[in-house]
Amino acid sequence: MAAEGQQHPIGIYLWVWGALFVVSGLSYYVDWAGFQGALRWSLILFFMFVKAGAIVWVFMHMKWERLALFWAIMLPTTFIAVFIFIMALEGDYTEVVRLNFFSDWQNFFSVEKHH
Amino acid sequence: MAENADVVPGVTPGLKGIAGDWSSDQVAFRGAPWGKAMMWIFLLSDTFIFSIFLISYMTARMSTTMEWPNASEVFGLTVFGTDVPLLLIAIMTFVLISSSGTMAMAVKFGYEKNRKVCFRLLVLTAILGATFVGMQAFEWSKLIFDEGIRPWGNPYGAPQFGSVFFMVTGFHGTHVSIGVIFLIITAVKVKRGRFDREDPGFMTGRPGRYEIVETLGLYWHFVDLVWVFIFALFYLW
Repeated sequence: MAAEGQQHPIGIYLWVWGALFVVSGLSYYVDWAGFQGALRWSLILFFMFVKAGAIVWVFMHMKWERLALFWAIMLPTTFIAVFIFIMALEGDYTEVVRLNFFSDWQNFFSVEKHH
Repeated sequence: MAENADVVPGVTPGLKGIAGDWSSDQVAFRGAPWGKAMMWIFLLSDTFIFSIFLISYMTARMSTTMEWPNASEVFGLTVFGTDVPLLLIAIMTFVLISSSGTMAMAVKFGYEKNRKVCFRLLVLTAILGATFVGMQAFEWSKLIFDEGIRPWGNPYGAPQFGSVFFMVTGFHGTHVSIGVIFLIITAVKVKRGRFDREDPGFMTGRPGRYEIVETLGLYWHFVDLVWVFIFALFYLW
C-alpha cells in the first residue's frame, strides 16, 4: 500500500474543482448582493466550511486515510473552538472596558463613584 | 470511512482500528509514508499558527471601539468606470483554487509514473501560485501607496485593520512563495526522472519516490485551505 500511494479517478478531482468554483462564486455573491447581519455571517461560514471540507476530504485524501491518522489531525483541531470561545469572551470584555474608561472621562469618574 | 477497511489487508477498521494502530507498538500511521504523516503533523502545527492569527483578529475586531473599515470597499477595484467590490480578491481566490486542482492531478499522474503530464501540471501549479503572489504584491502596493494603510493606522477606521491585514496576508503569502519554490524544485526532479530512479534527495540518503509529490500536494492544498478561511473571515465578514 505504502508504495502505491493514493490513486483515484481523475473525475473526482475535476468534480471537486468545479464545485469549489461554484461555492466560491456563491460566497462572493453574498458580498455582491450586499446581504447583512445573521444571513451574511451564516452564509459565509457555511460556504467556508463546505470549501474547507471538500479540500481536506478529497484533495488532501483524508477520505481514504485510516482513522488513526484522521483523528490524530482532526481531534486537536477541534480544540481551537475552545480557544475561539475564550477569546470571544475576552474581546467582548475588553470592548466594554474601553467604552467605560477610554471614551470620556466623565464616565470614568461616574463609574468610580459607585465604589 | 468504511472503505478504509481494505486499505491495509488484515487490519481492523473503526474505533478498534484506531486502538489497534496506536497500540501496535510498531507504526501508528499504517499505510501512510512517514514523510506524509510528518507533513500532516506539521500542517496541524501550522493550523494552530493561523488560528492564533485569526483569533487575534477576531479579538481585535471585537474589542475596538472604532468602526471596522469596510473590506468590500477598501479592496474594490474600478473597472471601466464601474466600482466592482473585492474583484482582485475574487480573482485571487479562483487562481488559488485552480492551482489546487492542478496539484491534485499532478499527484495522480505522479503515481501513474506519467512524468511528462506530472511535470506540466506541477509547472502550471507553480505558475498559478506565482500569479497569486504577484496579485498580492499589487494589492499590497495599492493599499500602501494609494490608500495609505499602515500597520498602525489607516484613513478608514480602526487602526488594527492594517496590522491584521499585513500580518495575516503576509504570512499566507510567505507560505505560497515557499510552496512555489518547492513546486519548481519538485517539478525539475520529476522531469529529470529522479523519482523513477529513486535517487536520494538533497539532504537525505532516502530514495526519492513519487509520494514526495503527494506530500508537497498536502502542503499546497493547505495553503489553499488557509486562504478559504482568510477570504471568508477577513474579506467577506
